[in-house]
Amino acid sequence: MFEDLRDLYQDVILDHGRQPRHGARLAAYDVTAEGDNPMCGDRVRVFARHDADGRIGAAGFEARGCAISIASADLMAETVTGHTDDEVRALAGRFRDMAMTGAVPEDDVAMARLAPLAGVHEYPSRVKCATLAWHALLAALDGKGESGRDR
Amino acid sequence: MNVTTRPTPGDPALLDSAAIRAEFPILGETVRGKPLVFLDSAASAMKPRAVIAAMTQTMETQYANVHRGLHWMSERTTEAYEGTRDAVARLINAPDRAEIVFTRNSTEAINLVAHSYGRGMLRPGQAVVISAMEHHSNIVPWQMLRDAHGIELRVAAITDAGELDLSALEALLADGRVGLVSITHMSNVLGSYTPAQRIAALAHAHGARVLFDGSQAVVHRRIDVQALDADFYAFTGHKLYGPTGIGVLWGRRELLEAMPPFLGGGDMISSVSYERSTWAAVPHKFEAGTPAIIEAIGLSAAVGFVERIGYAAIAAHEARLTDHALARLSAIEGVHVLGRAQDRGGVVSFTLDGAHAHDVATLLDRQGIAVRAGHHCAEPLMRRLGIDSTARASFGIYTTHAEIDTLAEALLRVREFFA
Ligand SMILES: Cc1ncc(COP(=O)(O)O)c(C=O)c1O
Repeated sequence: MFEDLRDLYQDVILDHGRQPRHGARLAAYDVTAEGDNPMCGDRVRVFARHDADGRIGAAGFEARGCAISIASADLMAETVTGHTDDEVRALAGRFRDMAMTGAVPEDDVAMARLAPLAGVHEYPSRVKCATLAWHALLAALDGKGESGRDR
Repeated sequence: MNVTTRPTPGDPALLDSAAIRAEFPILGETVRGKPLVFLDSAASAMKPRAVIAAMTQTMETQYANVHRGLHWMSERTTEAYEGTRDAVARLINAPDRAEIVFTRNSTEAINLVAHSYGRGMLRPGQAVVISAMEHHSNIVPWQMLRDAHGIELRVAAITDAGELDLSALEALLADGRVGLVSITHMSNVLGSYTPAQRIAALAHAHGARVLFDGSQAVVHRRIDVQALDADFYAFTGHKLYGPTGIGVLWGRRELLEAMPPFLGGGDMISSVSYERSTWAAVPHKFEAGTPAIIEAIGLSAAVGFVERIGYAAIAAHEARLTDHALARLSAIEGVHVLGRAQDRGGVVSFTLDGAHAHDVATLLDRQGIAVRAGHHCAEPLMRRLGIDSTARASFGIYTTHAEIDTLAEALLRVREFFA
């Protein structure tokens, strides 16, 4: 009955939106930043911890928002783990392009995983939901958010 | 076409829905292949042919700048523009047409008062009272005044039912330091009306003036600024079936005359030299620059349209729609309607368990149903209610029972989708 909505709300999004795997503050993190979407009041805070080799060892987030923003934050946390900051910046750029155009780049394993979110391109007001967590993560990596360590 | 009510002899309060809908060309549009079900009139209402025609006709046959030309076109256009002042004065029963000031919208009208009355007539140390259910446009101007002019900003609480807490308001007025009470006449989130007459009486008893934000209220009920005993009343044309870009501030003449101007420029002066300028008489003192001429003429047509239908019929129609919507939506498990004010108008905000308001709005949109989702420019109210966002269905004179049924059925599917 909602066949035409499956392009936007694929099972992956419904699943990760409902039960995010990384939807918590990390016990230890070295960068964090908050992003918000003033238009709708959605808010996300992302946390990341770098390993000794400079790669992201873990990422997590706390968010209030719609299924798309939560699912996107969750898939992002999964995707960026194991990558350097520069690689994350490149991933973010490719993801934003995909969210805006709907075109999934070929032979791009990371984007293939995030492809269920490409459907937002048809809903200009929802593209920001999908990119919110990425903006926050880039701000965190650029040192624009404060960093901290719990306990 | 859905016809929900027909005029019945002896019951003039029933609207001929089909005839009214036929006045709004846009309602014939389809969205995503489905007939448009427009339930977002509180954000901005659709425009009837009368408004479209008046504006088009102005541009096609009778247009020039106002108040300056000595030529025929300018004189006729000035008459039409100034005619709107008479129409609006009649609409809200203002005693004097010179008390009608045209602004861009409600937001500008409130900013005008915050600037000219706030800085011009309130003294540092005095206070302004708003309520806990204001639109940002009746919060932020007062914060700016507070920060620039040393005015205290006080917030009157609302009850859990979503009604203004009059005893809280009275307590805030008790020390006699409040110079102005600025409160919505109808909440754009909860649909609650506020008891304007009692608010005005309370304010006056404590030496304060009162401004009502009538952005929503004027759409749904007859406003009589004299009966309310208001000092200022603000509203915006685009929610009243008029065009964007034109709003109204009504203010008591003696207040407007005592207040310094808001913006400076052409049209608002009496004489200008480099040493000093003198101001035009009200209302022109507050209308700097070329006004929204075409839009004002459109507003006049909108007022005429509303008056032809009549507020009695509008209010009765919307009361039935609202009752129907409250009944249908509260019957859906997982749907929570916000607020249970006794006196409420055609705005119903709700949440749905397990689904964020944006997702609800997107799924409804796919079924051709337009609702608003988010914080509705009322973030402090959202915090007071302990939520981040709601979906909101709001009604106009063209809304039908069948559209509300469509919404209710669509919500059942949305719930299923996120189950
Ligand atoms: C209660 C209320 N006040 C003020 C406004 C602001 O109206 P405008 O944006 O036309 O200035 C609105 C609508 O957006 C409203 O609902």
